[in-house]
Order: sequence, then structure tokens, then C-alpha cells
Amino acid sequence: MSDAPRSTAPAPEAVIRLENVSKRFGQREVLTGANLEVLRGEVAVILGGSGSGKSVTLKTINGLVPIDEGRVEVLGYEVSSLSERDLAPLRRRVSYLFQGGALFDSMTVFDNVAYPLREHLDQSPDELTGRVTTLLEMVRLDGVEQLVPAQLSGGMRKRVAVARALALEPEIILYDEPTTGLDPLTGQAIARLILDLDQRLGVTSVVVTHDIALVVRVADRVCFLSDGRFTDAGSVEEARRSGPLTVREFFAAGGFDA
Amino acid sequence: MSRAGEVLALIGAATRLAGQSLVRMVTPPIDMKETMRQLDHIGVGSLNLTNITALFTGMVLALQTAHTLATFGARLYIGEVVSLSLVRELGPVLTALMVGGRVGSGIAAELGSMVVTEQVEALRSMAADPVRKLVVPRLWATVITLPLLTVLADAMGIFGGMVVGVLQEGLTPTFYFNRSMRMLGFEDLALGLVKPIVFAFLIAVIGCFNGLTARGGADGVGRATTNTVYAAAITILITDFFITKLFIIL
Repeated sequence: MSDAPRSTAPAPEAVIRLENVSKRFGQREVLTGANLEVLRGEVAVILGGSGSGKSVTLKTINGLVPIDEGRVEVLGYEVSSLSERDLAPLRRRVSYLFQGGALFDSMTVFDNVAYPLREHLDQSPDELTGRVTTLLEMVRLDGVEQLVPAQLSGGMRKRVAVARALALEPEIILYDEPTTGLDPLTGQAIARLILDLDQRLGVTSVVVTHDIALVVRVADRVCFLSDGRFTDAGSVEEARRSGPLTVREFFAAGGFDA
Repeated sequence: MSRAGEVLALIGAATRLAGQSLVRMVTPPIDMKETMRQLDHIGVGSLNLTNITALFTGMVLALQTAHTLATFGARLYIGEVVSLSLVRELGPVLTALMVGGRVGSGIAAELGSMVVTEQVEALRSMAADPVRKLVVPRLWATVITLPLLTVLADAMGIFGGMVVGVLQEGLTPTFYFNRSMRMLGFEDLALGLVKPIVFAFLIAVIGCFNGLTARGGADGVGRATTNTVYAAAITILITDFFITKLFIIL
């Protein structure tokens, strides 16, 4: 046996891996040979200018947007080569929080949150009600079960969307601008929730945002997307001090100068 | 791609959606709650429109027929002409055109706005099948309700004809009714029911296809809606010719 010192904790595995991913929309090239790795249990934040392809990246991770070239592997699934039907088991384990919430207009808040549960679990009505109530409590919503999305404020809609995204206890959550359009207090509550899920349940999070205050609070690692490729800018501290110029400018504009 | 190529590609994609939907229509699970909601919306919601259309079509038909047949001294045949025209042709086609305009465009607008607000992607992200969840309930609802609406429309049209026949032409209601029913055979009723089933399928597929392929914002949804009304109307009229021809050959 070797006497070489051994680490007792295994190195965290990459649960999301994008290799040389390219994606075009007509003539516009959004991703050009992009590489990205997200480790289990970390909160990775993707920063980048508007229209740089951040949301498209998130959508390639759960197969909502097919890629043109390269490879996307998530939780051991080769996303880029799977059909819509074969992606179903993966999508039960990876939740997506849409920018505008994407709640179903025709359904009540209760039915929205219960949707993934009804779709994939065989729960009794009591279990279902209990679970939906717990989920809504987690996002600090009470007494809104029978309202429809049109009756909610933007912040409430987003929180309902978070509750829905948490319903199946996902291993990975993809957040698309989770705090955009929210008041600072609700934004803070969302940040606390992301941290809590990360620390308590070990959920892996990929967060696309422009909100530097959120980045500072939650990010384990900052990835910068520009010209269709990612640059690993390291931890928040590293990104702020020695990241690419634009990243430092982002931090400075957000009031977090190096 | 040339314009013709684009149209062919569109027809191909819509046909693919039709095929996928047909398979899912007959394989469980069917979303019964959503289907019931659509039945109410599509069926009950269209009743007034289709009934009023048919009532006045029947009345106009009787007026025109009476006027024309008077030349040949054959006014007693109003009942037959009105009922045959309605059951074989005008009932199914006019009801389908009305429902195509109201329901087809409604489906396209609803699904289109679901697409642009990422609700359809949200469905997919939760491993739900949009064809099964959105298209199949609308297809079943339209396929079930259009034949029923057509039968009601036929009845309303015949009644409308009777009103004119009785009030203006001096026929008795019993005479008019008996003459109306005398000429109607199995083939007429079959044709009058096969047509709405085919039309319903086409209306719902065209509406769903345009909705699900809507892009952009409100502009895209608007285009999807207009395209649906246009495509549904044209498709109904063209298909009507071929179904009628097929029945005559058979």
C-alpha cells in the first residue's frame, strides 16, 4: 500500500458537463464550442451580457433546446442524444425555474404546485394537499391556493414557481433570473432559499442572473459567458478581484468593487 | 427555401403533429379534467353561434327555394330541398366554418400565448408531454362536440325553413316536417356526421399546430390566430369536396 496521503472525502463529481457545445439560431451563433462543468452540490452562477446565451445554456442542460454540436451530460444522461421521451427520467430530477414563472394560467396556485406531483407520484388527496401546503410555506405563501396566477403579484408568481420547481425534490435546479422584477426583500428570501436548498439538501444549482447582490450571497463559483464560451472566474472573491474585466465591471456596477 | 417548399414543410410538420395526436388519442392516459373543460368551452360555448347561423341559413334557404321553385310551380318541395341541403352540405360546412373561426383561433391564441410565456416549455421541463396534455384534450373535445353541434344546427335550420314555409308559403307544419324527413336517407345522415368528425379533427390540429409553433410575442400569437382561421376555412372547403365526391362514388 502506498504511504501517500489520501483525502478521506472523494472529489465532488461533475453532475453537469457541457463539452464543445455549439448552438445557432439562424445566422446567430449563441454558443461556440462552450465548455462548462458544475460539481455536485455547488451553486454555479452564470454571468453574461443580455443576449449572450445564458438562458439557452440552461435550456440545453435539460434538453429543452437541442444543441447543434458537442455533448451535454447531466447526472450521467447524455442529454444531447436523447429523445423527448427518454429525457423524462432526467427531467424529474432536474427542475427549471423560468424567468417569468411560467405558471399555468388556467390553473389555481394549488393545481400549479400539485402538477408535477400528480404527473409523477401516486399520492392520496390528503398527502397531495399536505405536500402542496408545505411547499407553499417554504416560499412563505399562505392562503393563495385557490387564486389563479393572474391574481398574484410578480413576486408571488415567482415564489409559486419556486414551490412548483421544488415539488419533486430535484437534485439540480436551474434558475433563470430568479430575482428579476422582485423587491429586494423577496429577492433576499429567494437567495436564502437557494442557499438553504444547497446546504440542507445538497441540491446543485445553476443560476443565471444579473443581480450581483444575489451572486455575492449564493455563488460558490462564477462562470462568465461571452462570445459563446465560458470562462471560469472562480469564487466570488476571485471573480471580483481577478476575473475578466467585464466581470469586475459587473461587480463594480452592482456596488461590489474589488 | 422557396415559398412552395415552406408550405410543404409546414404541411409535413402539421401532419406529423396529427399523427402523434391520433396515436395519443387512443392510448391512455387521457387528461379527463382538461378534456371536460374543453368540451364545455368548445361545445357549449359555440352553441349560440352555430344555432343562430343554422336558423337563419334555413330561413334564407327556404326563401330562395320558394322563390326559385315558384317559377316551376314546385313550392311544395321546399322542405326536401332545405333539409337535404342542410344535412348533406350546409349544416356540416357552415357549423365547421363557424367553429373553425371561433374555436380554432381560440386554441391557437391560447396555446400560442402558452408558448411565448414559456408554459409549454414548463410542461416539457416537468417531463409532461405537451401533445398529450394540450393537443389531445382539445382534439377529443372538438371531435365530440362538432358532430353534436352539427346535428343541432341541422335541426335549427330545418326549423328555420319550416317557419318560412308555414308563415310565408302557407304550408302546414306537419306537411313541411314530413316532406323534410321523407327524402333523408341513411347515406345523407352518414355524410352529415362523417364530415363534422373529419372537420373537427382538422380544425383542432390546425389550431394546435399554429399555436404550438407561434414565435415572438403578441405579434406571433396574432399571426398564429389569423393563420388558423384562414387555413381552417380553406381546409374545410377543400376536404368537403373530396368527402362528398367519395360518398358519391361509394
